[in-house]
Amino acid sequence: MKILVTIKQVPDTATQVKVAADGKTIDTTGITWIVSPYDEFAVEEALRIKEKRGQGEVVAVSLGPDRVKEALRSCLAMGCDRAIHLNDPAWAAADTLATARALAAVIKQESAQLVLCGRQAIDDDMGAVTAQLAELLGWPCAYWIMEETIDADAKSVRAARQVEGGLEVFDLPLPAVLAAQKGLNEPRYPTLKGIMGAKKKEIKDLKASDLGGAVEPSQLSVVGLQALPPRPPGRIIQGDVPTAVKELVRSLREDAKAI
Amino acid sequence: MKLELNAEQQMIQTMAREFADSAIKPIAAEIDRDARFPHETVKRMGELGLMGIAVREQWGGSGADAVSYVVALEEIARACASHAVVMSVNNSLYGDPLLRYGTDAQRERFLKPVASGHALACFALSEPQAGSDATNQATLAVRDGADYIVNGRKRFITTGRESTFALVFCQTDRSLGYRGISAFLVEKGTPGFTVGKIEDKLGIRASDTAELIFEGCRVPAANRVGEEGQGFTIAMTAIDGGRIGIAAQAVGIATGAYERSVAYARERRAFGVPIGQHQMVQWMLADMATAIDGARLLTLRAATLKDSGRPYRTAAAMAKLFASETAMKVATDAIQVHGGYGFIKEYEVERAFRDAKITQLYEGTSQIQKLVIARDLLGDHDGRA
Repeated sequence: MKILVTIKQVPDTATQVKVAADGKTIDTTGITWIVSPYDEFAVEEALRIKEKRGQGEVVAVSLGPDRVKEALRSCLAMGCDRAIHLNDPAWAAADTLATARALAAVIKQESAQLVLCGRQAIDDDMGAVTAQLAELLGWPCAYWIMEETIDADAKSVRAARQVEGGLEVFDLPLPAVLAAQKGLNEPRYPTLKGIMGAKKKEIKDLKASDLGGAVEPSQLSVVGLQALPPRPPGRIIQGDVPTAVKELVRSLREDAKAI
Repeated sequence: MKLELNAEQQMIQTMAREFADSAIKPIAAEIDRDARFPHETVKRMGELGLMGIAVREQWGGSGADAVSYVVALEEIARACASHAVVMSVNNSLYGDPLLRYGTDAQRERFLKPVASGHALACFALSEPQAGSDATNQATLAVRDGADYIVNGRKRFITTGRESTFALVFCQTDRSLGYRGISAFLVEKGTPGFTVGKIEDKLGIRASDTAELIFEGCRVPAANRVGEEGQGFTIAMTAIDGGRIGIAAQAVGIATGAYERSVAYARERRAFGVPIGQHQMVQWMLADMATAIDGARLLTLRAATLKDSGRPYRTAAAMAKLFASETAMKVATDAIQVHGGYGFIKEYEVERAFRDAKITQLYEGTSQIQKLVIARDLLGDHDGRA
């Protein structure tokens, strides 16, 4: 069974994000880049499926500039068999739909039987690519999955997704697209052998022309980015307890409108 | 000159850091308090490939280099010095000499399980009367047909209780002095080989330090590493590499204490401002950061020399000397930054203070490092370390 995992390289969770001078992008100076954590759940699940079945292939794929190779190499170190890098200036302004179109073309080329994604990337939190991908492929899709089981002859997958107060269980015929939620698994650390072996594995570069088509212009354009306003300081209510409590209740009701 | 880790080294560093933060840091205070050997996390370190980093894959190792070893060991030590010393001994004092001097049969039986993390090993050189003066070996191995009969006691052996295999140094010809020392591989369970006293220590308390007792212990001649009389060279070569590991451990201990100090200087307030706003605290933090960087660079230089096959004995001694002195100084100042709270176990810099001390003592005291450096400077080595 061939499993394709889509990953996105994002700034490390500890990054102090700053808006760049153009007002439309973030300042990437000094940023440490990582594989988006939800995508790591997807990679881990794909590797577990392969290990459980004792056969198959796991291919990591990502769209982005040269630096994305590092993220793909991390996936190879974790155990993915090979990687595909969609690297073309034509995709520099790709929105989620343009990204999904490119990924769908790769998935068709590769004839994957299962696609695993993270439920969303932790940079812009759009969470749209998985659904767009499934729509473009015409495949069933389950989001926020916490469990999955593929039947013995790889014809269908039972996936349980997180809903308020429980799990909602679906049977999906394969091929299908699944988006991983936190809790699906605990991603492994790459072993030293995995890391040393990663450089011997293939990362194939693909251009837009390799996917047989021009890149359609993005439908979504970023008008501007604004930093969050600084949080107003807390207020300490002075005075004896009965007076302070009265003032607290008044303030919660009238100023904060919280009660 | 390029001062940057390559892609693999960076990934190894990240992996070791994340593993140390999530799996080791949370238990470090408890295993120190109870002097409990952390079997579970040491096993996971083995699975990750941290126990035979520079050993070729053929012999169960990871096939990485000394720089990878140094960056990984520093990250482990930053979380817990006890885990770091177990890792250091397995890699440097056992794996390295077996890789270099062992036969293929010895590597298959004695190296593979250790480098792949399935068994632990120790390096048995020190004796009650042979510490800094390691040439003064009293343990005897007397040839008897196809075997040697070993008698004697080894002292202060790291991982001595937990190890499956020991690399033991014995006198095979007393008349030759240190040129009569030979190295043997002895497996736990061999009749006549027992573990004696376990030391109750100031620091690295979760790593066991044991006495090994040999009473008429019969060891096959096939377990001798190298030739008769080559033992001291094997031991000193191993320790030259080991010093790079201890330097990395010291850098890690210092970094852990320094990072706690920076965090504390930001949050603790005195005289109306965070204490990091006071110049005297700033000075201490600046001195710590500068010394740690110097120690790290010396350590990486020694590892780089080793990787490129060039002489590294002096560089390793310099790295070990400077890094261990730095660890002690940084840990002392870290307590000072914390004030009274630094004296309390909850704040964990006191553990760094206790752990740092051993780095000035084992694998050659700071005084021995100076001796090694000076002898190299003066071209006065006489074949000894």
